[in-house]
Amino acid sequence: MAGGVAIKRKRRKSFVEHTLAGLAATTAHALQAEEITKADGLLQHLDPRVKVVGLLALIITAALAHSLWIILTLFVIALTLALLSQVSIRTLARREWIGVLVFTGCIALPAIFITPGHVIYRLPLLHWPITEQGVRSALYLITRVETAATFSVLLILCTPWTHVLKALRVLHVPVVFVVILGMTYRYIFLLLQTAHDMFESRQSRLIGKLEDREQRRLAAASVGVLLSKSLQLSNEVYLAMQSRGFQGEVYTLDEFMMQPRDWIALFSFLVVAGLGFWWGR
Amino acid sequence: MRLFDIQGVHYRYNDVPALAGVTLSIEQGQRIVILGANGSGKSTLLRLLDALYFPDRGSISFNGETLTEERMQDEAFTFNFRQRVAFVFQNPDVQLFCPTVFDEVAFGPLQLRWPKEQIRQRVAETLELLEIAHLKDRAPHRLSGGEKKRVALASVLILDPEVLLLDEPTAALDPKSQSQVVDFLVEWGGTKTVITATHDLDIVEDIADYCYVFSNGQVAAAGSPSEILHDEALLQRTHLIHAHRHRHGNVIHSHPHLHAPHEHHLYEHGSQEHDHA
Repeated sequence: MAGGVAIKRKRRKSFVEHTLAGLAATTAHALQAEEITKADGLLQHLDPRVKVVGLLALIITAALAHSLWIILTLFVIALTLALLSQVSIRTLARREWIGVLVFTGCIALPAIFITPGHVIYRLPLLHWPITEQGVRSALYLITRVETAATFSVLLILCTPWTHVLKALRVLHVPVVFVVILGMTYRYIFLLLQTAHDMFESRQSRLIGKLEDREQRRLAAASVGVLLSKSLQLSNEVYLAMQSRGFQGEVYTLDEFMMQPRDWIALFSFLVVAGLGFWWGR
Repeated sequence: MRLFDIQGVHYRYNDVPALAGVTLSIEQGQRIVILGANGSGKSTLLRLLDALYFPDRGSISFNGETLTEERMQDEAFTFNFRQRVAFVFQNPDVQLFCPTVFDEVAFGPLQLRWPKEQIRQRVAETLELLEIAHLKDRAPHRLSGGEKKRVALASVLILDPEVLLLDEPTAALDPKSQSQVVDFLVEWGGTKTVITATHDLDIVEDIADYCYVFSNGQVAAAGSPSEILHDEALLQRTHLIHAHRHRHGNVIHSHPHLHAPHEHHLYEHGSQEHDHA
Protein backbone atom coordinates (compact mmCIF):
# COMPACT_ATOMS: atom_id res chain seq x y z
CA MET A 1 0.00 0.00 0.00
CA ALA A 2 2.80 2.33 1.02
CA GLY A 3 4.56 1.44 -2.20
CA GLY A 4 1.36 2.19 -4.11
CA VAL A 5 1.17 5.63 -2.54
CA ALA A 6 4.83 6.24 -3.39
CA ILE A 7 4.17 5.23 -7.01
CA LYS A 8 1.10 7.46 -7.10
CA ARG A 9 3.13 10.41 -5.83
CA LYS A 10 5.82 9.91 -8.44
CA ARG A 11 3.38 9.48 -11.34
CA ARG A 12 3.41 12.37 -13.79
CA LYS A 13 0.05 13.90 -14.47
CA SER A 14 -1.31 13.11 -17.91
CA PHE A 15 -2.27 15.74 -20.44
CA VAL A 16 -5.97 15.19 -19.68
CA GLU A 17 -5.41 15.51 -15.92
CA HIS A 18 -3.40 18.69 -16.44
CA THR A 19 -6.19 20.12 -18.58
CA LEU A 20 -8.82 19.19 -16.01
CA ALA A 21 -6.81 20.81 -13.22
CA GLY A 22 -6.35 23.93 -15.35
CA LEU A 23 -10.06 24.18 -16.10
CA ALA A 24 -10.94 23.76 -12.42
CA ALA A 25 -8.41 26.44 -11.46
CA THR A 26 -9.79 28.85 -14.07
CA THR A 27 -13.32 28.38 -12.75
CA ALA A 28 -12.09 28.90 -9.20
CA HIS A 29 -10.33 32.13 -10.28
CA ALA A 30 -13.52 33.40 -11.89
CA LEU A 31 -15.57 32.66 -8.78
CA GLN A 32 -12.92 34.30 -6.59
CA ALA A 33 -13.05 37.40 -8.79
CA GLU A 34 -16.82 37.64 -8.25
CA GLU A 35 -16.26 37.56 -4.50
CA ILE A 36 -13.66 40.36 -4.67
CA THR A 37 -16.11 42.67 -6.49
CA LYS A 38 -18.39 42.41 -3.43
CA ALA A 39 -15.60 43.16 -0.89
CA ASP A 40 -15.68 46.29 1.26
CA GLY A 41 -12.69 48.03 -0.34
CA LEU A 42 -11.70 51.44 -1.71
CA LEU A 43 -12.12 50.72 -5.43
CA GLN A 44 -15.32 48.72 -4.91
CA HIS A 45 -16.99 51.85 -3.49
CA LEU A 46 -16.10 54.10 -6.41
CA ASP A 47 -18.34 54.86 -9.39
CA PRO A 48 -17.39 52.50 -12.29
CA ARG A 49 -16.94 55.47 -14.65
CA VAL A 50 -14.34 56.96 -12.28
CA LYS A 51 -12.49 53.64 -12.18
CA VAL A 52 -12.52 53.25 -15.98
CA VAL A 53 -11.36 56.83 -16.65
CA GLY A 54 -8.93 57.07 -13.71
CA LEU A 55 -7.24 53.70 -14.16
CA LEU A 56 -7.08 54.16 -17.93
CA ALA A 57 -5.29 57.50 -17.39
CA LEU A 58 -2.76 55.76 -15.11
CA ILE A 59 -2.25 52.96 -17.67
CA ILE A 60 -1.55 55.50 -20.43
CA THR A 61 0.87 57.37 -18.15
CA ALA A 62 2.73 54.14 -17.37
CA ALA A 63 2.91 53.32 -21.08
CA LEU A 64 4.27 56.74 -22.03
CA ALA A 65 6.66 57.38 -19.12
CA HIS A 66 10.38 57.51 -19.94
CA SER A 67 11.50 57.43 -16.32
CA LEU A 68 11.89 54.11 -14.53
CA TRP A 69 11.24 55.82 -11.20
CA ILE A 70 7.89 57.17 -12.39
CA ILE A 71 6.86 53.71 -13.62
CA LEU A 72 7.94 52.15 -10.32
CA THR A 73 6.03 54.86 -8.39
CA LEU A 74 2.90 54.03 -10.43
CA PHE A 75 3.46 50.36 -9.64
CA VAL A 76 3.61 51.18 -5.91
CA ILE A 77 0.37 53.19 -6.29
CA ALA A 78 -1.23 50.14 -7.97
CA LEU A 79 -0.10 47.97 -5.06
CA THR A 80 -1.49 50.44 -2.53
CA LEU A 81 -4.83 50.53 -4.36
CA ALA A 82 -4.88 46.72 -4.40
CA LEU A 83 -4.28 46.47 -0.66
CA LEU A 84 -6.90 49.15 0.10
CA SER A 85 -9.36 47.21 -2.08
CA GLN A 86 -8.74 43.89 -0.33
CA VAL A 87 -6.96 42.38 -3.34
CA SER A 88 -4.05 40.37 -1.98
CA ILE A 89 -0.53 40.47 -3.41
CA ARG A 90 -0.79 36.69 -3.77
CA THR A 91 -3.89 37.06 -5.97
CA LEU A 92 -2.14 39.61 -8.17
CA ALA A 93 1.00 37.50 -8.41
CA ARG A 94 -0.89 34.32 -9.33
CA ARG A 95 -3.41 35.89 -11.67
CA GLU A 96 -1.19 38.32 -13.47
CA TRP A 97 2.39 39.08 -12.50
CA ILE A 98 3.91 35.64 -13.13
CA GLY A 99 2.22 35.23 -16.51
CA VAL A 100 3.10 38.75 -17.62
CA LEU A 101 6.70 38.32 -16.43
CA VAL A 102 7.15 35.10 -18.41
CA PHE A 103 5.49 36.47 -21.55
CA THR A 104 7.17 39.90 -21.48
CA GLY A 105 10.45 38.35 -20.31
CA CYS A 106 10.57 36.23 -23.48
CA ILE A 107 10.19 39.37 -25.56
CA ALA A 108 12.61 41.46 -23.46
CA LEU A 109 15.37 38.86 -23.08
CA PRO A 110 17.03 39.35 -26.51
CA ALA A 111 17.18 43.13 -25.88
CA ILE A 112 19.65 42.54 -23.02
CA PHE A 113 22.19 41.10 -25.47
CA ILE A 114 21.54 42.89 -28.74
CA THR A 115 21.13 46.49 -27.55
CA PRO A 116 24.42 48.29 -28.20
CA GLY A 117 26.03 50.14 -25.28
CA HIS A 118 28.24 49.83 -22.24
CA VAL A 119 29.00 46.15 -21.56
CA ILE A 120 28.51 45.31 -17.86
CA TYR A 121 28.86 41.51 -18.01
CA ARG A 122 29.69 38.71 -20.43
CA LEU A 123 28.01 35.32 -20.27
CA PRO A 124 30.49 32.55 -19.46
CA LEU A 125 31.25 30.17 -22.36
CA LEU A 126 29.00 32.00 -24.85
CA HIS A 127 30.69 35.37 -24.23
CA TRP A 128 27.50 37.21 -25.11
CA PRO A 129 27.65 40.83 -23.89
CA ILE A 130 25.01 42.19 -21.51
CA THR A 131 24.76 45.95 -21.91
CA GLU A 132 23.57 48.56 -19.45
CA GLN A 133 21.23 49.99 -22.12
CA GLY A 134 19.87 46.50 -22.87
CA VAL A 135 19.08 45.81 -19.21
CA ARG A 136 17.40 49.21 -18.93
CA SER A 137 15.26 48.56 -22.05
CA ALA A 138 14.17 45.18 -20.71
CA LEU A 139 13.37 46.69 -17.30
CA TYR A 140 11.31 49.45 -18.93
CA LEU A 141 9.29 46.97 -20.93
CA ILE A 142 8.67 44.59 -18.03
CA THR A 143 7.80 47.27 -15.44
CA ARG A 144 5.56 49.14 -17.88
CA VAL A 145 3.61 46.02 -18.80
CA GLU A 146 3.38 44.80 -15.19
CA THR A 147 2.14 48.21 -14.00
CA ALA A 148 -0.43 48.59 -16.78
CA ALA A 149 -1.64 45.01 -16.32
CA THR A 150 -1.97 45.52 -12.55
CA PHE A 151 -4.22 48.56 -13.06
CA SER A 152 -6.32 46.62 -15.60
CA VAL A 153 -6.70 43.62 -13.30
CA LEU A 154 -7.69 45.92 -10.42
CA LEU A 155 -10.46 47.41 -12.55
CA ILE A 156 -11.83 43.96 -13.43
CA LEU A 157 -11.46 42.50 -9.93
CA CYS A 158 -13.10 45.45 -8.15
CA THR A 159 -16.02 46.12 -10.52
CA PRO A 160 -18.95 43.85 -11.46
CA TRP A 161 -18.64 43.03 -15.15
CA THR A 162 -22.04 44.52 -16.03
CA HIS A 163 -20.92 47.83 -14.47
CA VAL A 164 -17.72 47.85 -16.50
CA LEU A 165 -19.79 47.35 -19.65
CA LYS A 166 -22.23 50.07 -18.73
CA ALA A 167 -19.38 52.46 -17.89
CA LEU A 168 -17.83 51.75 -21.30
CA ARG A 169 -21.15 52.60 -22.98
CA VAL A 170 -21.48 55.80 -20.94
CA LEU A 171 -18.00 56.70 -22.19
CA HIS A 172 -19.21 56.14 -25.80
CA VAL A 173 -17.30 52.92 -26.50
CA PRO A 174 -19.06 51.39 -29.59
CA VAL A 175 -22.00 49.07 -28.84
CA VAL A 176 -20.52 46.22 -30.92
CA PHE A 177 -17.37 46.19 -28.79
CA VAL A 178 -19.34 46.24 -25.53
CA VAL A 179 -21.73 43.49 -26.73
CA ILE A 180 -18.82 41.23 -27.70
CA LEU A 181 -17.29 41.69 -24.25
CA GLY A 182 -20.65 40.95 -22.66
CA MET A 183 -21.16 37.78 -24.69
CA THR A 184 -17.67 36.57 -23.77
CA TYR A 185 -18.50 36.83 -20.08
CA ARG A 186 -21.93 35.28 -20.51
CA TYR A 187 -20.78 32.01 -21.98
CA ILE A 188 -17.27 31.59 -20.66
CA PHE A 189 -18.56 29.58 -17.69
CA LEU A 190 -20.63 27.35 -19.95
CA LEU A 191 -17.62 26.75 -22.12
CA LEU A 192 -15.45 25.92 -19.13
CA GLN A 193 -18.07 23.44 -17.95
CA THR A 194 -18.32 21.89 -21.42
CA ALA A 195 -14.54 21.55 -21.67
CA HIS A 196 -14.40 20.07 -18.17
CA ASP A 197 -17.11 17.48 -18.97
CA MET A 198 -15.41 16.61 -22.24
CA PHE A 199 -12.00 16.00 -20.66
CA GLU A 200 -13.51 14.15 -17.71
CA SER A 201 -15.26 11.76 -20.10
CA ARG A 202 -11.94 11.30 -21.97
CA GLN A 203 -10.17 10.55 -18.74
CA SER A 204 -12.76 7.93 -17.77
CA ARG A 205 -11.94 6.06 -21.00
CA LEU A 206 -8.15 6.34 -20.81
CA ILE A 207 -5.95 3.54 -19.56
CA GLY A 208 -2.30 4.30 -18.94
CA LYS A 209 -0.35 7.17 -20.39
CA LEU A 210 -0.93 8.50 -23.89
CA GLU A 211 1.97 8.77 -26.29
CA ASP A 212 3.04 12.30 -27.16
CA ARG A 213 1.65 11.96 -30.66
CA GLU A 214 -1.70 10.79 -29.29
CA GLN A 215 -1.74 13.67 -26.80
CA ARG A 216 -1.22 16.17 -29.62
CA ARG A 217 -3.97 14.50 -31.65
CA LEU A 218 -6.31 14.60 -28.66
CA ALA A 219 -5.54 18.26 -28.00
CA ALA A 220 -6.19 19.20 -31.64
CA ALA A 221 -9.45 17.23 -31.76
CA SER A 222 -10.61 18.77 -28.46
CA VAL A 223 -9.88 22.29 -29.69
CA GLY A 224 -11.93 21.61 -32.82
CA VAL A 225 -14.90 20.24 -30.90
CA LEU A 226 -14.77 23.08 -28.36
CA LEU A 227 -14.65 25.69 -31.11
CA SER A 228 -17.69 24.16 -32.76
CA LYS A 229 -19.53 23.95 -29.44
CA SER A 230 -18.60 27.51 -28.51
CA LEU A 231 -20.03 28.80 -31.80
CA GLN A 232 -23.24 26.88 -31.19
CA LEU A 233 -23.38 28.09 -27.59
CA SER A 234 -22.79 31.74 -28.45
CA ASN A 235 -25.60 31.53 -30.98
CA GLU A 236 -27.95 30.01 -28.38
CA VAL A 237 -27.06 32.61 -25.74
CA TYR A 238 -27.62 35.40 -28.23
CA LEU A 239 -31.02 33.98 -29.19
CA ALA A 240 -31.98 33.76 -25.51
CA MET A 241 -30.98 37.42 -25.03
CA GLN A 242 -32.85 38.46 -28.16
CA SER A 243 -35.95 36.60 -27.00
CA ARG A 244 -36.04 38.79 -23.91
CA GLY A 245 -35.84 42.02 -25.87
CA PHE A 246 -32.08 42.53 -26.20
CA GLN A 247 -31.32 44.83 -29.13
CA GLY A 248 -27.64 45.57 -28.60
CA GLU A 249 -27.82 48.15 -25.81
CA VAL A 250 -26.62 47.44 -22.25
CA TYR A 251 -28.96 48.39 -19.38
CA THR A 252 -28.49 47.76 -15.68
CA LEU A 253 -30.70 48.38 -12.70
CA ASP A 254 -28.05 50.35 -10.86
CA GLU A 255 -27.97 54.04 -11.64
CA PHE A 256 -24.51 55.55 -11.51
CA MET A 257 -24.47 58.49 -9.08
CA MET A 258 -21.32 60.52 -8.55
CA GLN A 259 -20.71 61.02 -4.82
CA PRO A 260 -18.19 63.51 -3.37
CA ARG A 261 -15.72 60.65 -2.86
CA ASP A 262 -16.00 59.78 -6.59
CA TRP A 263 -15.08 63.35 -7.58
CA ILE A 264 -12.15 63.32 -5.13
CA ALA A 265 -10.97 59.96 -6.50
CA LEU A 266 -11.31 61.11 -10.11
CA PHE A 267 -9.40 64.31 -9.33
CA SER A 268 -6.66 62.31 -7.55
CA PHE A 269 -6.31 59.80 -10.40
CA LEU A 270 -6.05 62.57 -12.99
CA VAL A 271 -3.57 64.63 -10.92
CA VAL A 272 -1.34 61.58 -10.37
CA ALA A 273 -1.58 60.68 -14.07
CA GLY A 274 -0.85 64.29 -15.09
CA LEU A 275 2.16 64.61 -12.77
CA GLY A 276 3.44 61.20 -13.85
CA PHE A 277 3.15 62.21 -17.49
CA TRP A 278 4.93 65.56 -16.86
CA TRP A 279 7.81 64.17 -14.81
CA GLY A 280 8.14 61.02 -16.86
CA ARG A 281 8.48 62.79 -20.24
CA MET B 1 -59.34 34.55 -31.58
CA ARG B 2 -56.49 33.21 -33.75
CA LEU B 3 -53.10 34.04 -32.26
CA PHE B 4 -50.61 32.20 -34.45
CA ASP B 5 -51.28 31.19 -38.04
CA ILE B 6 -48.61 28.95 -39.52
CA GLN B 7 -48.94 28.29 -43.24
CA GLY B 8 -46.77 25.81 -45.16
CA VAL B 9 -43.61 26.57 -43.20
CA HIS B 10 -40.32 25.10 -44.38
CA TYR B 11 -37.02 25.57 -42.52
CA ARG B 12 -33.57 24.08 -43.08
CA TYR B 13 -30.33 24.14 -41.06
CA ASN B 14 -27.85 24.41 -43.92
CA ASP B 15 -28.76 21.30 -45.93
CA VAL B 16 -30.70 19.52 -43.21
CA PRO B 17 -34.47 20.03 -43.35
CA ALA B 18 -36.04 20.70 -39.94
CA LEU B 19 -39.58 21.64 -40.96
CA ALA B 20 -41.18 20.54 -44.21
CA GLY B 21 -44.53 22.18 -44.88
CA VAL B 22 -46.03 22.72 -41.43
CA THR B 23 -49.52 24.21 -41.34
CA LEU B 24 -51.39 24.75 -38.09
CA SER B 25 -53.09 27.46 -36.09
CA ILE B 26 -53.14 28.33 -32.41
CA GLU B 27 -56.02 30.12 -30.73
CA GLN B 28 -55.70 32.56 -27.85
CA GLY B 29 -55.88 30.82 -24.47
CA GLN B 30 -55.14 27.36 -25.89
CA ARG B 31 -52.73 25.06 -24.11
CA ILE B 32 -50.90 23.23 -26.84
CA VAL B 33 -48.38 20.45 -26.61
CA ILE B 34 -46.14 19.70 -29.56
CA LEU B 35 -45.08 16.09 -29.23
CA GLY B 36 -42.24 14.58 -31.14
CA ALA B 37 -39.09 12.54 -30.86
CA ASN B 38 -35.66 14.18 -30.95
CA GLY B 39 -35.05 15.90 -34.28
CA SER B 40 -38.73 16.00 -35.24
CA GLY B 41 -38.68 19.80 -35.60
CA LYS B 42 -40.63 20.86 -32.52
CA SER B 43 -37.87 23.08 -31.04
CA THR B 44 -37.37 24.72 -34.43
CA LEU B 45 -41.07 25.56 -34.57
CA LEU B 46 -40.88 27.26 -31.15
CA ARG B 47 -37.95 29.39 -32.35
CA LEU B 48 -39.92 30.38 -35.42
CA LEU B 49 -42.93 31.26 -33.24
CA ASP B 50 -40.65 33.47 -31.11
CA ALA B 51 -39.36 35.20 -34.27
CA LEU B 52 -35.80 34.07 -33.56
CA TYR B 53 -35.73 32.22 -36.87
CA PHE B 54 -37.75 33.03 -39.97
CA PRO B 55 -39.22 30.50 -42.43
CA ASP B 56 -37.38 29.66 -45.66
CA ARG B 57 -40.81 29.19 -47.24
CA GLY B 58 -44.34 29.73 -45.95
CA SER B 59 -45.41 32.25 -43.33
CA ILE B 60 -46.09 32.72 -39.64
CA SER B 61 -48.49 35.41 -38.44
CA PHE B 62 -48.99 36.66 -34.92
CA ASN B 63 -52.29 38.45 -34.35
CA GLY B 64 -52.59 38.89 -38.12
CA GLU B 65 -49.09 40.41 -38.51
CA THR B 66 -46.62 38.32 -40.54
CA LEU B 67 -43.38 37.75 -38.64
CA THR B 68 -40.45 38.69 -40.88
CA GLU B 69 -36.94 39.98 -40.26
CA GLU B 70 -37.98 43.36 -41.65
CA ARG B 71 -41.00 43.53 -39.32
CA MET B 72 -38.78 42.73 -36.33
CA GLN B 73 -36.56 45.72 -37.20
CA ASP B 74 -39.48 47.93 -36.16
CA GLU B 75 -38.63 48.76 -32.54
CA ALA B 76 -42.21 49.42 -31.43
CA PHE B 77 -43.43 46.11 -32.91
CA THR B 78 -40.51 44.17 -31.42
CA PHE B 79 -41.04 45.69 -27.96
CA ASN B 80 -44.70 44.74 -28.09
CA PHE B 81 -43.99 41.24 -29.42
CA ARG B 82 -41.22 40.48 -26.90
CA GLN B 83 -43.44 41.58 -24.05
CA ARG B 84 -46.35 39.41 -25.24
CA VAL B 85 -44.44 36.27 -26.26
CA ALA B 86 -41.90 34.64 -23.96
CA PHE B 87 -39.67 31.63 -24.55
CA VAL B 88 -38.14 29.27 -22.00
CA PHE B 89 -35.23 27.43 -23.59
CA GLN B 90 -34.58 23.74 -23.06
CA ASN B 91 -31.12 24.36 -21.63
CA PRO B 92 -31.48 26.95 -18.85
CA ASP B 93 -27.73 27.57 -18.95
CA VAL B 94 -28.03 29.48 -22.22
CA GLN B 95 -30.81 31.60 -20.76
CA LEU B 96 -29.09 32.52 -17.51
CA PHE B 97 -26.19 34.85 -18.20
CA CYS B 98 -26.37 37.64 -15.59
CA PRO B 99 -24.21 37.84 -12.45
CA THR B 100 -27.09 37.26 -9.99
CA VAL B 101 -30.59 35.76 -10.03
CA PHE B 102 -32.03 39.22 -9.30
CA ASP B 103 -30.23 40.72 -12.34
CA GLU B 104 -31.34 37.77 -14.45
CA VAL B 105 -35.02 38.30 -13.70
CA ALA B 106 -34.63 42.05 -14.21
CA PHE B 107 -32.92 41.61 -17.62
CA GLY B 108 -36.12 41.42 -19.73
CA PRO B 109 -37.90 44.44 -18.20
CA LEU B 110 -34.67 46.47 -18.45
CA GLN B 111 -34.46 45.72 -22.18
CA LEU B 112 -38.09 46.81 -22.52
CA ARG B 113 -37.21 50.02 -20.60
CA TRP B 114 -39.69 49.64 -17.76
CA PRO B 115 -39.38 52.21 -14.94
CA LYS B 116 -36.70 51.04 -12.52
CA GLU B 117 -38.90 51.19 -9.42
CA GLN B 118 -41.50 49.02 -11.15
CA ILE B 119 -38.78 46.54 -12.15
CA ARG B 120 -37.53 46.20 -8.58
CA GLN B 121 -41.05 45.59 -7.31
CA ARG B 122 -41.95 43.10 -10.04
CA VAL B 123 -38.69 41.17 -9.63
CA ALA B 124 -39.41 40.75 -5.92
CA GLU B 125 -42.98 39.59 -6.65
CA THR B 126 -41.91 37.13 -9.36
CA LEU B 127 -39.18 35.62 -7.19
CA GLU B 128 -41.81 35.09 -4.46
CA LEU B 129 -44.22 33.55 -6.98
CA LEU B 130 -41.61 30.99 -8.06
CA GLU B 131 -40.46 30.49 -4.45
CA ILE B 132 -36.88 31.47 -5.25
CA ALA B 133 -36.61 34.75 -3.33
CA HIS B 134 -33.86 33.20 -1.17
CA LEU B 135 -31.71 32.74 -4.30
CA LYS B 136 -31.81 36.36 -5.44
CA ASP B 137 -28.15 37.14 -4.73
CA ARG B 138 -26.79 33.81 -6.00
CA ALA B 139 -24.98 33.41 -9.33
CA PRO B 140 -27.34 31.51 -11.71
CA HIS B 141 -24.60 29.20 -12.99
CA ARG B 142 -24.10 27.85 -9.46
CA LEU B 143 -27.71 26.70 -8.97
CA SER B 144 -29.13 23.17 -9.24
CA GLY B 145 -30.99 22.10 -12.41
CA GLY B 146 -34.44 22.59 -10.83
CA GLU B 147 -33.50 26.00 -9.44
CA LYS B 148 -32.09 27.08 -12.81
CA LYS B 149 -35.33 26.08 -14.52
CA ARG B 150 -37.40 28.11 -12.05
CA VAL B 151 -35.11 31.14 -12.50
CA ALA B 152 -35.47 30.75 -16.28
CA LEU B 153 -39.26 30.69 -15.85
CA ALA B 154 -39.14 33.74 -13.54
CA SER B 155 -36.97 35.60 -16.06
CA VAL B 156 -39.77 35.45 -18.66
CA LEU B 157 -42.86 35.42 -16.44
CA ILE B 158 -41.90 38.82 -15.00
CA LEU B 159 -43.00 40.26 -18.37
CA ASP B 160 -46.49 38.81 -17.77
CA PRO B 161 -46.54 37.44 -21.34
CA GLU B 162 -49.73 36.40 -23.12
CA VAL B 163 -47.93 33.49 -24.78
CA LEU B 164 -45.46 31.18 -23.12
CA LEU B 165 -43.30 28.94 -25.30
CA LEU B 166 -41.62 26.10 -23.41
CA ASP B 167 -38.99 23.81 -24.89
CA GLU B 168 -38.78 20.51 -22.98
CA PRO B 169 -39.61 22.10 -19.60
CA THR B 170 -39.05 18.89 -17.63
CA ALA B 171 -35.91 17.68 -19.42
CA ALA B 172 -33.02 16.67 -17.13
CA LEU B 173 -34.94 17.51 -13.96
CA ASP B 174 -35.32 15.23 -10.95
CA PRO B 175 -38.89 14.00 -10.24
CA LYS B 176 -39.55 16.65 -7.55
CA SER B 177 -38.38 19.51 -9.78
CA GLN B 178 -40.44 18.07 -12.67
CA SER B 179 -43.58 18.04 -10.56
CA GLN B 180 -42.90 21.61 -9.31
CA VAL B 181 -42.61 22.87 -12.91
CA VAL B 182 -45.76 20.99 -14.01
CA ASP B 183 -47.73 22.16 -10.94
CA PHE B 184 -46.73 25.71 -11.72
CA LEU B 185 -47.79 25.42 -15.37
CA VAL B 186 -51.15 23.90 -14.37
CA GLU B 187 -51.89 26.77 -12.01
CA TRP B 188 -50.34 29.62 -14.00
CA GLY B 189 -52.11 31.82 -16.44
CA GLY B 190 -55.82 31.16 -16.70
CA THR B 191 -56.41 32.71 -20.12
CA LYS B 192 -52.77 32.62 -21.21
CA THR B 193 -51.60 30.65 -24.23
CA VAL B 194 -49.03 27.98 -23.41
CA ILE B 195 -47.19 26.09 -26.16
CA THR B 196 -44.96 23.29 -24.91
CA ALA B 197 -42.61 21.15 -26.98
CA THR B 198 -41.90 17.85 -25.29
CA HIS B 199 -41.55 14.10 -25.69
CA ASP B 200 -42.50 13.52 -22.07
CA LEU B 201 -45.91 11.85 -22.37
CA ASP B 202 -46.37 11.87 -18.58
CA ILE B 203 -47.06 15.60 -18.46
CA VAL B 204 -49.23 15.96 -21.58
CA GLU B 205 -52.70 15.60 -20.02
CA ASP B 206 -51.76 17.95 -17.18
CA ILE B 207 -50.62 20.85 -19.33
CA ALA B 208 -52.45 20.54 -22.66
CA ASP B 209 -55.90 20.69 -24.10
CA TYR B 210 -54.73 20.03 -27.67
CA CYS B 211 -51.74 18.17 -29.13
CA TYR B 212 -49.82 18.17 -32.37
CA VAL B 213 -47.54 15.22 -33.06
CA PHE B 214 -44.48 16.02 -35.15
CA SER B 215 -42.46 13.57 -37.18
CA ASN B 216 -39.73 14.35 -39.73
CA GLY B 217 -40.57 18.05 -39.68
CA GLN B 218 -44.26 17.55 -40.43
CA VAL B 219 -47.48 17.35 -38.46
CA ALA B 220 -48.18 13.62 -38.21
CA ALA B 221 -51.37 13.94 -36.17
CA ALA B 222 -53.43 16.37 -34.10
CA GLY B 223 -56.09 15.87 -31.46
CA SER B 224 -56.96 15.96 -27.80
CA PRO B 225 -54.38 14.54 -25.36
CA SER B 226 -56.62 11.57 -24.73
CA GLU B 227 -56.97 10.76 -28.45
CA ILE B 228 -53.25 11.04 -29.04
CA LEU B 229 -52.15 9.13 -25.97
CA HIS B 230 -54.44 6.22 -26.77
CA ASP B 231 -53.26 5.89 -30.37
CA GLU B 232 -50.53 3.39 -29.74
CA ALA B 233 -49.74 2.84 -33.43
CA LEU B 234 -49.18 6.59 -33.89
CA LEU B 235 -46.95 6.82 -30.81
CA GLN B 236 -44.88 3.86 -31.96
CA ARG B 237 -44.62 5.21 -35.49
CA THR B 238 -43.41 8.59 -34.19
CA HIS B 239 -40.95 7.00 -31.71
CA LEU B 240 -42.74 8.32 -28.64
CA ILE B 241 -43.04 4.86 -27.12
CA HIS B 242 -40.47 2.14 -27.24
CA ALA B 243 -39.93 -1.58 -26.87
CA HIS B 244 -39.34 -2.28 -23.23
CA ARG B 245 -37.46 -5.30 -21.93
CA HIS B 246 -37.68 -6.45 -18.36
CA ARG B 247 -37.30 -9.61 -16.33
CA HIS B 248 -39.91 -11.67 -14.45
CA GLY B 249 -37.87 -14.18 -12.55
CA ASN B 250 -35.94 -15.94 -15.28
CA VAL B 251 -38.24 -14.82 -18.11
CA ILE B 252 -37.43 -11.70 -20.14
CA HIS B 253 -40.44 -9.91 -21.65
CA SER B 254 -40.35 -7.43 -24.50
CA HIS B 255 -43.30 -5.18 -25.32
CA PRO B 256 -44.29 -1.59 -26.15
CA HIS B 257 -43.88 0.78 -23.19
CA LEU B 258 -46.37 3.62 -22.85
CA HIS B 259 -45.83 6.35 -20.28
CA ALA B 260 -49.46 7.29 -19.67
CA PRO B 261 -50.42 9.76 -16.96
CA HIS B 262 -52.86 8.99 -14.15
CA GLU B 263 -52.82 5.33 -15.04
CA HIS B 264 -50.75 2.41 -14.03
CA HIS B 265 -48.02 1.73 -16.56
CA LEU B 266 -49.47 -0.85 -18.86
CA TYR B 267 -47.27 -3.60 -20.18
CA GLU B 268 -48.76 -5.84 -22.81
CA HIS B 269 -47.28 -9.15 -23.76
CA GLY B 270 -49.46 -10.99 -26.25
CA SER B 271 -52.89 -11.13 -24.68
CA GLN B 272 -51.48 -10.99 -21.17
CA GLU B 273 -51.31 -7.69 -19.27
CA HIS B 274 -48.99 -6.89 -16.36
CA ASP B 275 -49.73 -4.10 -13.96
CA HIS B 276 -46.53 -2.81 -12.37
CA ALA B 277 -47.92 0.09 -10.40
